[in-house]
Amino acid sequence: MEELLEILNGLHPDVDFETKESLVDGKILDSFDIVSLIAEINDTFDVAITAKDIIPENFNSAKALYALIQRLEEEA
Amino acid sequence: MLFTSYGFLGFVAVVLVLYYVLPRKYQWGLLLAASYIFYFFAGPVYLLYIFVTTVTIYFAACKIGQNEETQTVYLKIHKAKLSREEKKTYKEAQKKIRRRWILAGILFNMGILAVVKYTNFAIANVNGLLGAMGREGRLSFLDLALPLGISFYTFQAVGYLIDVYRGTVQAERNLFRFALFVSFFPQVVQGPISRFGDLSETLYKEHPFEGRTVSYGLQRMLFGYFKKMVIADRILVGVNAIIGDTGQYAGAYVLVGMLFYALELYADFTGGIDITIGIAETLGIRLTENFERPYFSRSLKEFWRRWHITMGTWFRDYIFYPLSVSKPMQKFTRFSRSHFGEMVGRRLPVYLASFTVWFATGIWHGASWNFVVWGLGNWVVLMVSESLEPVYEWFHGRFGAGGKGYQLFQVARTFLLVACLRLFDCYRSVPVTFQMFGSLLSARNWHILWDGSLLNLGLTMLDFCILALGTVVLVAVSLLGRKGSVRDRIARKPYPVRFVLWYGLFLVVLLMGAYGIGYDASQFIYNQF
Repeated sequence: MEELLEILNGLHPDVDFETKESLVDGKILDSFDIVSLIAEINDTFDVAITAKDIIPENFNSAKALYALIQRLEEEA
Repeated sequence: MLFTSYGFLGFVAVVLVLYYVLPRKYQWGLLLAASYIFYFFAGPVYLLYIFVTTVTIYFAACKIGQNEETQTVYLKIHKAKLSREEKKTYKEAQKKIRRRWILAGILFNMGILAVVKYTNFAIANVNGLLGAMGREGRLSFLDLALPLGISFYTFQAVGYLIDVYRGTVQAERNLFRFALFVSFFPQVVQGPISRFGDLSETLYKEHPFEGRTVSYGLQRMLFGYFKKMVIADRILVGVNAIIGDTGQYAGAYVLVGMLFYALELYADFTGGIDITIGIAETLGIRLTENFERPYFSRSLKEFWRRWHITMGTWFRDYIFYPLSVSKPMQKFTRFSRSHFGEMVGRRLPVYLASFTVWFATGIWHGASWNFVVWGLGNWVVLMVSESLEPVYEWFHGRFGAGGKGYQLFQVARTFLLVACLRLFDCYRSVPVTFQMFGSLLSARNWHILWDGSLLNLGLTMLDFCILALGTVVLVAVSLLGRKGSVRDRIARKPYPVRFVLWYGLFLVVLLMGAYGIGYDASQFIYNQF
């Protein structure tokens, strides 16, 4: 989770990612952010986030994103 | 049968009565019959196109759905016997089969769209090349019918197929129900491009008659007709005059044309969508909103999140994301990061994926280079803004920009930028657009704005007054809409106030709608896509 928060903070240093629960719905993360984020996550965690995983529920909070990473790690 | 014809209004009235008179279990069946009748009136031959798309996408989706089910059952039965590696191999093999079906479905249907919409564009380019090379021969153009709304229903159907492949929705096993999703008559001609997951929730449900829903739908339709017939069709006369004679109407007239076209396109497209959503609402069916006060956007990026929303999200979800996260693009990301550094390397792949999307958006709007340049013009502005974001942030911090005045400036700047880019759409020719833009920059005829010259564009003083008042109404409704539903607000007013407002609007459409010689109330701009 620490590593993920570091990536997210690198993208938007002004956002408190530990508490925010509507990153996509609240328009904090846009499509460009999401694509950059995925490239970072794939490299850092050695997972493959695909287009079908890009739904607001998976990207609305750091917690949800971390759950997605864990699921993909298990599936790999 | 056009939305603005009496025939269409009669058709909707008959459908509405039957919809609530017939037993509810026949409601969606009635809508399917109505949709095919509507499409038949658009052109009997078009029926074949929409039917072929329906059947092929339905079949491919069913195959994908069946394969998923077979896989689940197989893995359940052989759970104990199979090793982790064997399960993985089996899943990969099944995925390949599903991929074949989705590719077949997409290629076949996008192929139809490409052939009917882009063949003559390709021929024109080949002929141009042959001419440039000094060759004699010329290819003849094909006489192909462009089915009404083909871009909309093809995108909607293909989106469904991708959703089934991704497992976002279950494949619809009833061909007739699926046929209704593709052909639902209010939306088939100009969208919104619905998702099966959203639309199927209300499309097939039984809807009891509810006075409030029906009246809200009728109110939305009425406002749509107001936008289309009182504003868009009236100002169209002025737009046509300006773009029709580039020799006479240059310089400051280009600015006038730009502003006229911005108003026309907004009133035409949002008006058409209001009619569409209003009709669906009278039937108890909820369609996705396509606009969110786009002209109040403070940047081009924001504008594209609020204008033609369903097209934007379609391109984002089905082209931009898959392309950005594809294996080749991930490889390119690593390559560009190691060769161009973190800052540039991280951006390049996103810019490349975005380029593809904007090229596709441009060509989707029309088979000609002006649309491609318009799309890529948007891309350039978006990418430059994205790259300069740190500069903007520094500027905002340094000069404390962010107050109401600055926000207003941002709104005006975005509006002008959008209107400037639309000149490519307006003049339908890249060289002419550049020429006219150049004439605007070197304009000396600003006096036309106040010396009465604008009254020679085919619009009378009364027309200008109606347009000005109409614009005030549009702005007021948009501003009120920020605080919640305008119709809810009106519904809370005393009966005499409601009566005056709605019957007043009805009379305005009836008396001030653009009818007769000089006006073309026949076509919505987005019908041609």
